[in-house]
Amino acid sequence: MAVTRDDVLHIAELARLGIDAARADALTAELSSILAHMEVLSQVDTAQVPPAAGVGAGGTPLRPDATIPPLIERALESFAPAMRDGFFIVPRLATHEDSSESGA
Amino acid sequence: MNVADYTRLGAAALSGKVRSGEVAPSEVVRAAFERARDIGAGPDALNIFLHADEDASVTETKEVQEHLDSAADVGILAGVPIAIKDNIASLGLPTTCASRILGGYVSPFEATVVTRLRANGAVIIAKTNMDEFAMGSSTENSAFGPTRNPHDIRCVPGGSSGGSAAAVASGITPIALGSETGGSVRQPAAFCGVVGVKPTYGRVSRYGLVAFASSLDQIGVLGRTVDDAAIALEIIAGFDKSDSTSSDADVPIYRVSALGKPAPEARQPDTEAMRIGRSPVPLPPPPGPETLKGIVIGKPKEYFPDSLDPSIKSHCERALDRFRSMGATVRDVSLPRSPLAIPVYYVLAPAEASSNLARFDGVRYGLRVDPGKGLKPMYDATRSQGFGAEVTRRILLGTYVLSAGYYDAYYKKAQAVRTLIADDFRAVFADGVHAIFTPTTPTPAFPIGAISDPYEMYLNDIFTVTANLAGVPAISVPIGRVRRLPVGGQIIAAHFDEYTMFRVAYALEAALGAEAHQ
Repeated sequence: MAVTRDDVLHIAELARLGIDAARADALTAELSSILAHMEVLSQVDTAQVPPAAGVGAGGTPLRPDATIPPLIERALESFAPAMRDGFFIVPRLATHEDSSESGA
Repeated sequence: MNVADYTRLGAAALSGKVRSGEVAPSEVVRAAFERARDIGAGPDALNIFLHADEDASVTETKEVQEHLDSAADVGILAGVPIAIKDNIASLGLPTTCASRILGGYVSPFEATVVTRLRANGAVIIAKTNMDEFAMGSSTENSAFGPTRNPHDIRCVPGGSSGGSAAAVASGITPIALGSETGGSVRQPAAFCGVVGVKPTYGRVSRYGLVAFASSLDQIGVLGRTVDDAAIALEIIAGFDKSDSTSSDADVPIYRVSALGKPAPEARQPDTEAMRIGRSPVPLPPPPGPETLKGIVIGKPKEYFPDSLDPSIKSHCERALDRFRSMGATVRDVSLPRSPLAIPVYYVLAPAEASSNLARFDGVRYGLRVDPGKGLKPMYDATRSQGFGAEVTRRILLGTYVLSAGYYDAYYKKAQAVRTLIADDFRAVFADGVHAIFTPTTPTPAFPIGAISDPYEMYLNDIFTVTANLAGVPAISVPIGRVRRLPVGGQIIAAHFDEYTMFRVAYALEAALGAEAHQ
């Protein structure tokens, strides 16, 4: 199943990846080529086969239902790009221009 | 400590010298860094480390020395330098996953495996180079340049744990930690002529491992010898309440497997003495006609295709002959769905990665690139500038196969075929086979830059990825050289039967002796 350039731009938006025009063309070819190798899976009869839900030889054990405080040895401020009063600071969700365009 | 002596000794022997007071732990660590300088581990040559701090490492040995001075039990790895793949969280040294998006990031907590190694006296001296976020088979995808193979600097060391494999192969550390999603410990181990172990899914805690594909990821071990790997795995294995996927299955004494006997049903006083922290003396594995008596080795036809490099096939046949000479039975078996493993893996792993890597968005940690146009442009700019080409490709591939209209055709289908692949392994082991033997890779190490097609690169994992999909343990052991480059043989065992896997690996290593590196 060939991927189109529009597909690439759409999934790049979903994945929050800025892709320029030249890269979009290259990725369209690369993803189409890779996905062509996946087509072999469609020929396998899996009508009676459940999807894998785990790979271990047993279930995962339960632990006591108690809070375990994270052993954080450095303050969040030491590695977060921007913080104030214990909160992560992010850019505005939309600029004033964007807001007016959307009618908000 | 003499560097030549240092590079010759395994972890248990090194620790023995430290515990007896013959060598100070600080001398051992200094020798490791001297070896790194001698061999050219820096970015201008082999480019093995992303972060290393000699003075801080020497300072860390003070705690080991204090335990020694007070006659406290310092553990089997007392003073042993260890290198850690840069996607495993460590206090003190950065954890960047070889990505610009985590450039300079220092974790505020430590991985359970690192804590356990330190608790047994090990000294973490460096974080090793890798393919960005463990996505690759050559360590060429590092944002900080490729690592080079110590056996031929024109070639790749394999990947994604290429820095860890190169650190062990070049004699800088006897043990290093790596991680596996599709063969990222075993493939570089084979390319660099060292031992590499991927444990059963759930055997080792992943707390502190930066997630790539959560249904596949496992922390693994690289060692100069099988004994180095067995000691390290025994230390890091076991239940961890901080990782809900870790198993509470008992951890056997893997070193006892070197005696060539089945796992004791209950621990005996003589075998208990071999448990970590009790006996630092390596066990002498004497290969003889009964070393593997009663063991059935499966030889799956799908892993020995006509297209396999004849020299690799020849080395595998020599290994199989050694198994027979030690009393094992070699039986032809079939894992018929294994040829589907690469397509399955490259649907599932990118799908899981597209979700796991969503957290790298410039908000809580790492890089932020803000064009000043609002939140979404900040996400787009941070992620497009922070991630390299292969990570971007896999995030897009994963997003595509999970998107509406394609989920059933790709993701759900791949999960069903994964069930069939795992069923193949279960059937072989249920039919009386104790271990499966295959080549680890279809070729020896290839030249840097030689493979540009993404799917051709993915095929490097063709013999290793099935163990990840099935969740079973596997080890790569050196079995010879092809065109002067090392090649590995792979031993795969049933879920949580690392004991048998090590038993067969100890025997093969001893039986091949120097031939393993010829």
